[in-house]
Amino acid sequence: MIEGAIWRRWVFFYIPLALFLIFLLFPFYWMLITTFRPDGELYRPWRAANYTPFWTWNPTLDHIKYLFRETMFATWLWNTMFIAMASTIISLICGVLAGYALARLNFPFAGSLGTGIFITYLVPQTLLFIPLSEIIRNYKLGDTPWSLILTYPTFLIPFCTWLMMGYFKAVPKELEECARIDGASRWQAMLYIIIPVAIPGILSAGIFAFTLSWNEFIYALVFLSSPEQKTVPVGVVSELIRGDVFFWGPLMAGALLGSIPVAIAYSFFVEHYVSGLTGSVKG
Amino acid sequence: MATVSIRGVHKRYDDFHAVKGVSLEIKDKEFVVLVGPSGCGKTTTLRMVAGLETITEGNILIGDTVVNELPPMDRDIAMVFQNYALYPHMSVYDNMAFGLKMRKFDKAEIKRRVAEAADILGIKDHLHRKPRQLSGGQRQRVALGRAIVRNPQVFLFDEPLSNLDAKLRVQMRVELKKLHQRLGTTAVYVTHDQVEAMTLGDRVVVMKDGLIQQVGEPLELYNNPANKYVGGFIGSPAMNFADVTIAQNGSGLMASNSAMNIAVPEHLAAPLGAHVGKPATFGIRPEDLRLSDGSEPAHQTFEAVVEVAEQLGSEILLDVSCGPSSMVASVDPTVRVKPGEKIRLAFNPKRAHFFDGKTEMAVRG
Repeated sequence: MIEGAIWRRWVFFYIPLALFLIFLLFPFYWMLITTFRPDGELYRPWRAANYTPFWTWNPTLDHIKYLFRETMFATWLWNTMFIAMASTIISLICGVLAGYALARLNFPFAGSLGTGIFITYLVPQTLLFIPLSEIIRNYKLGDTPWSLILTYPTFLIPFCTWLMMGYFKAVPKELEECARIDGASRWQAMLYIIIPVAIPGILSAGIFAFTLSWNEFIYALVFLSSPEQKTVPVGVVSELIRGDVFFWGPLMAGALLGSIPVAIAYSFFVEHYVSGLTGSVKG
Repeated sequence: MATVSIRGVHKRYDDFHAVKGVSLEIKDKEFVVLVGPSGCGKTTTLRMVAGLETITEGNILIGDTVVNELPPMDRDIAMVFQNYALYPHMSVYDNMAFGLKMRKFDKAEIKRRVAEAADILGIKDHLHRKPRQLSGGQRQRVALGRAIVRNPQVFLFDEPLSNLDAKLRVQMRVELKKLHQRLGTTAVYVTHDQVEAMTLGDRVVVMKDGLIQQVGEPLELYNNPANKYVGGFIGSPAMNFADVTIAQNGSGLMASNSAMNIAVPEHLAAPLGAHVGKPATFGIRPEDLRLSDGSEPAHQTFEAVVEVAEQLGSEILLDVSCGPSSMVASVDPTVRVKPGEKIRLAFNPKRAHFFDGKTEMAVRG
């Protein structure tokens, strides 16, 4: 906390904090206000006398209704949820097992393998989607949810593995040794001791993975083509921007509704999530 | 209950030879302490007995079974770790019951055993708590409880008291000793603290650089150290050393350096005969030194300069310099000396030690 006179606290703490908050939250506010603003106000020129950019006197649910009646938004939501959940679960299982192995089993080249896995995470998706689309086509998975459920782990597994590896390394290895002396096999020690202790780390990895796949755009754009298969980010953009016409109201309504599940996931797990990042396990 | 036999055991890591041929026979119901500085191989040896490290060479037997290839769970041992290694997500009860659950004991038996152990250790009231809600001493007791509920053949302790504060450490040391007397389970205990080793061990094993230096009962190590290292390691304050040269003097032997010229005690004269003209180390414990009252023969005394006098109440520790060597003498609390003062110290010839200048092995009568 800032010491000294009150004005110092305002100048160095509250005002910068407020500016920062405005900067961060303004896009969300804009999204919110546009969702509920009637079209008549939305397309009013900014020079008009009754132009009120930051609020509206006539809030409407038209855009949301449009979204659900005229587009397949509900289907997109379901698709996104299913794909994000499935790829998160796959990635978590692989990431937890691989992270444990890299952190705990002393096999040759464990260290360089760990670094290697991290490097695969750094390969940009914008490069990777070209060979991946070839694979997807060869296996005839194009335009199915599986095209995404199986490709998202290409970047989610390295990410989860890396995060879990760091977390497992912070768990004292005596816990596991003690469990093994107590009569647990390596599997039992992992199941009963290590994984329960690592729950905060697993939750953080899960939230991150879920968010990344929920928001993913380029793979979804390339691998899915029919409207009923699309995810929210792709569906909203491809169905609500027609040519050079932007349907701002429904677009923003879609963005708002699309970000709610992520917001819920974050706020629900925030405590675990923070302790996962600071990674504190005490014996 | 069982014996533990360690036979010619080596442990090599890629480029480090941690344990270089350790052999030790631990009797049934015996409390053996492995003591030594960090990196001496004591913990590695213990972990090999536990099955947490593979054995590069040699054999370890628990009872009559060679356990080299047995996983830890099949060795029927229990281990207490330095950081307690309590399972943080489980209550005290579940921590203690875990080993029994893994071994498929029935519920009533688990309950009975945990209650009994909790009773012995005085943690009955904390069974529902989580480890993080306990103090250091209580956590230590839970770790002990987890070991004793299983009623194993051998207890292994890896520096279990070093995370406790000094007062609690002394208290837990006594409790550990009582616990062993009550249960009579064979125990192997690793520590770097020689006081713990002396007070707890039926026998003490001093290790250094992956080798056993000496094995013996505490007082045997104290009175008859096998080499200079053991002499200096056991006892607090440590044994004083002075580098001397042995010379013939009539029928006897003299040990001298620039600051002292003392007679070699009779019982050591014969074995030291071979060292005439060679360097040796004279060793004497602080309590075997006293202020000379002039009644001793001159060659059982030497001159020293007082540097610091530490008043401990029951004794005074005099830090003195004697030519090239610094020494500590434990003298009567009534003695009054000032720093810088020249004094004459007399030593007890029966308790003088001599070590070979090269091999540092004790020269014994």
